[in-house]
Amino acid sequence: MTDTNHPSRPDLPTLPIIENFSRRAAIKGGFATLGAAAFVAAISPLRHAAQNTSAGEFMQNHYTELTPEQKADVIARLEEEAKEKYGAEVTIGDDRPIPGTKFVYAINLSVCNGNGKCVEACHKENNHDRATNQSYIRVIEMPKGTMDMEQGSTTYTGAVPKDDKFYLPVQCQQCDEPPCVDVCPVKATWKEDDGIVVVDYNWCIGCRYCEAACPYHARRFNWKQPEVPAEEVNPDQSYLSNRIRPVGVVEKCTYCLHRTRRGKLPACLEACPTGARVFGNILDPESNIRWLLENKRVYILKEELGTKPAFFYYFD
Amino acid sequence: MTTSTAPADKPSYIASYPRFLARSLWQATEGSLGFYAWMTLLTALFLVGANAWANQVAGGMIGTHMTDQVSWGLYIANFTFMVGLAAGGVMMVIPAYLYHDRKMHDVVIIGELLAIAAIVMCLMFVVADLGRPDRFWHMMPGLGKFNFPISMLTWDVIVLNGYLLLNLHICGYLLYMRFLGREPNPVWYVPFVMLSIVWAISIHTVTAFLYCGLGGRPFWNTALLAPRFLASAFVSGPAFIIVTMVLMKKLTRVQGLDQPIATLTKIVRVTILINLLMVASELFTEFYTGGAHVSAAKYLFFGLHGKTGLVPWTWTAIGLNVTAACLFLWPGLLAPRLRWLLVSACVMAFVGTWIEKGMGLIIPGFIPSTLHQIVEYAPSLLEWKVTVGIWAFGLMVFTIAIKTALPTLRQADQD
Ligand code: SF4
Ligand code: SF4
Repeated sequence: MTDTNHPSRPDLPTLPIIENFSRRAAIKGGFATLGAAAFVAAISPLRHAAQNTSAGEFMQNHYTELTPEQKADVIARLEEEAKEKYGAEVTIGDDRPIPGTKFVYAINLSVCNGNGKCVEACHKENNHDRATNQSYIRVIEMPKGTMDMEQGSTTYTGAVPKDDKFYLPVQCQQCDEPPCVDVCPVKATWKEDDGIVVVDYNWCIGCRYCEAACPYHARRFNWKQPEVPAEEVNPDQSYLSNRIRPVGVVEKCTYCLHRTRRGKLPACLEACPTGARVFGNILDPESNIRWLLENKRVYILKEELGTKPAFFYYFD
Repeated sequence: MTTSTAPADKPSYIASYPRFLARSLWQATEGSLGFYAWMTLLTALFLVGANAWANQVAGGMIGTHMTDQVSWGLYIANFTFMVGLAAGGVMMVIPAYLYHDRKMHDVVIIGELLAIAAIVMCLMFVVADLGRPDRFWHMMPGLGKFNFPISMLTWDVIVLNGYLLLNLHICGYLLYMRFLGREPNPVWYVPFVMLSIVWAISIHTVTAFLYCGLGGRPFWNTALLAPRFLASAFVSGPAFIIVTMVLMKKLTRVQGLDQPIATLTKIVRVTILINLLMVASELFTEFYTGGAHVSAAKYLFFGLHGKTGLVPWTWTAIGLNVTAACLFLWPGLLAPRLRWLLVSACVMAFVGTWIEKGMGLIIPGFIPSTLHQIVEYAPSLLEWKVTVGIWAFGLMVFTIAIKTALPTLRQADQD
């Protein structure tokens, strides 16, 4: 501050600066400490989030790189968590594709009457968040005489079917060229051998790039921790499908792989009262679906995008 | 490798580098009362943002107003704009190094420091947008599973971090040499500067590819997106630097800023027109062709089915951009007593491009949704807080960086 501290010692011109230095250093240090303390206080809500993530989960490797033992540990941990957080006894399987299988789906638009039972069945089967009434299926009410989805409505109400409308259920098309898989920066989503596109919910970082890339609005993000009452939890679960998802990750329709890979039909199909839905293995020449694709005039959605859906629509 | 061969009479780099860092930190935290007030304000805003982000992580992203229909919002909008700002700094580097503009050369470090601050903000916006920031390591090459080269996002991670390192190296080297009192050796920075010019273009091109590569989003799916991004980057970057230099002229003893200000103004005069031209060309294609592709543009400019959430944003942007363009075209803008007008023109251009690239580009890409639902989006308070916090942090980084470089800038003027 003052340069007259040592009037008699002109050989020590730097001393006042040094004194000044240490005082200013102390002040700066004080402010830095204060700032750091305020920062720690500001981010303290993170502690809550950290409590919800176990070290095991944090360190967990990608699904495809887990050894059988690691997988068993992970699944045991997830079952434990379901009990802790949801109060539900669940069994989580690790269902793998059946060799020689490629699943495809078809919907008869002449029959579908827009009752929305499939939407509901999906909601229950896949342990969706109750509050948001989430489901992987959306039914679009379309005016007859157009295939332009822009004319449709997903929020239709009233008695169905209406005379001048037809109904177009849309869910994940399990594309053979899935843009959602291409864009994922961490390979958290991929296409399995039976054609089903899956997500490792414990690897997804929640960037939602896949959600932007999907042309069929098939992906959903867990904006909050899903809420499902214990008695409503579907206990028959699989790692890659309907186990209760963590917060902050993306999920999607898996053709109910926890059922279909065990020889059952998807929940949406079983729930459909009109019989509009047909599901099966396209590689099986005897299958219903194979006959249908060979004999009906089928079409796919947004063909021009080159996504090659494994999901077909037809009219009788 | 030069460390071991350093002559004994010179201090080794190992000893001098930490002293250089300490010295820089000291230097950067010295200042007037106004400086301390400014830094305190920024710190306070940053803390508000940090707290909001912590709450977002703890409670889930339900605290934002994003939805499955509009799955990216204010964060990604700001991210996109910030990449442009980072690339914009190159508009100082090009005149300085390719056209040997001496005056620009003396102050080119301002552009490079801006790039550093902007990239830091980019990375923060990306992290703010992640649903699972705790899994960030999944994206690290080597540690996690890096979907390279298929995912454009991995390219973006590489080019953004590369650009950050390049600029850190260039600025760090120049400042360190000046600390040692030596003449910088061109071999150690000129090749990197040249590389940074190409790199600046690449960061914004790759960022545009993130969006225009998505076939399911017709509003983004246009080849014009990358050139448009660059044009608007070369408006926002120089505009920001002009304002910085006008402020520096007022607040510091750095001289010789008038000519760089004039050069940048001339650059903006061109880029702002190119940007408007491209916007017009895009709008013509959309509206004249019609069809399904036009619904997002219709929603953006006029509203669709009674939903008009983005209309005020976009017309504000157009108003600001056109006014700024007119001002820039007027030769009298550079008169020294009209500095306030120049600054206003820059602010208008800056805010205009911010809206155009964010609320005017990222959001309408999602509206209508791929199943043609119209779900509107307006950022929540939490999103605004996080955004302001990141901006405050970025400005802090920029202020400190400029302060550290001040002696260099002053010295440059003396010789
Ligand atoms: S419908 Fe969407 S989510 Fe499903 S595979 Fe195709 S792009 Fe991916
Ligand atoms: S949200 Fe998850 S699955 Fe989707 S792209 Fe990002 S990391 Fe991949």
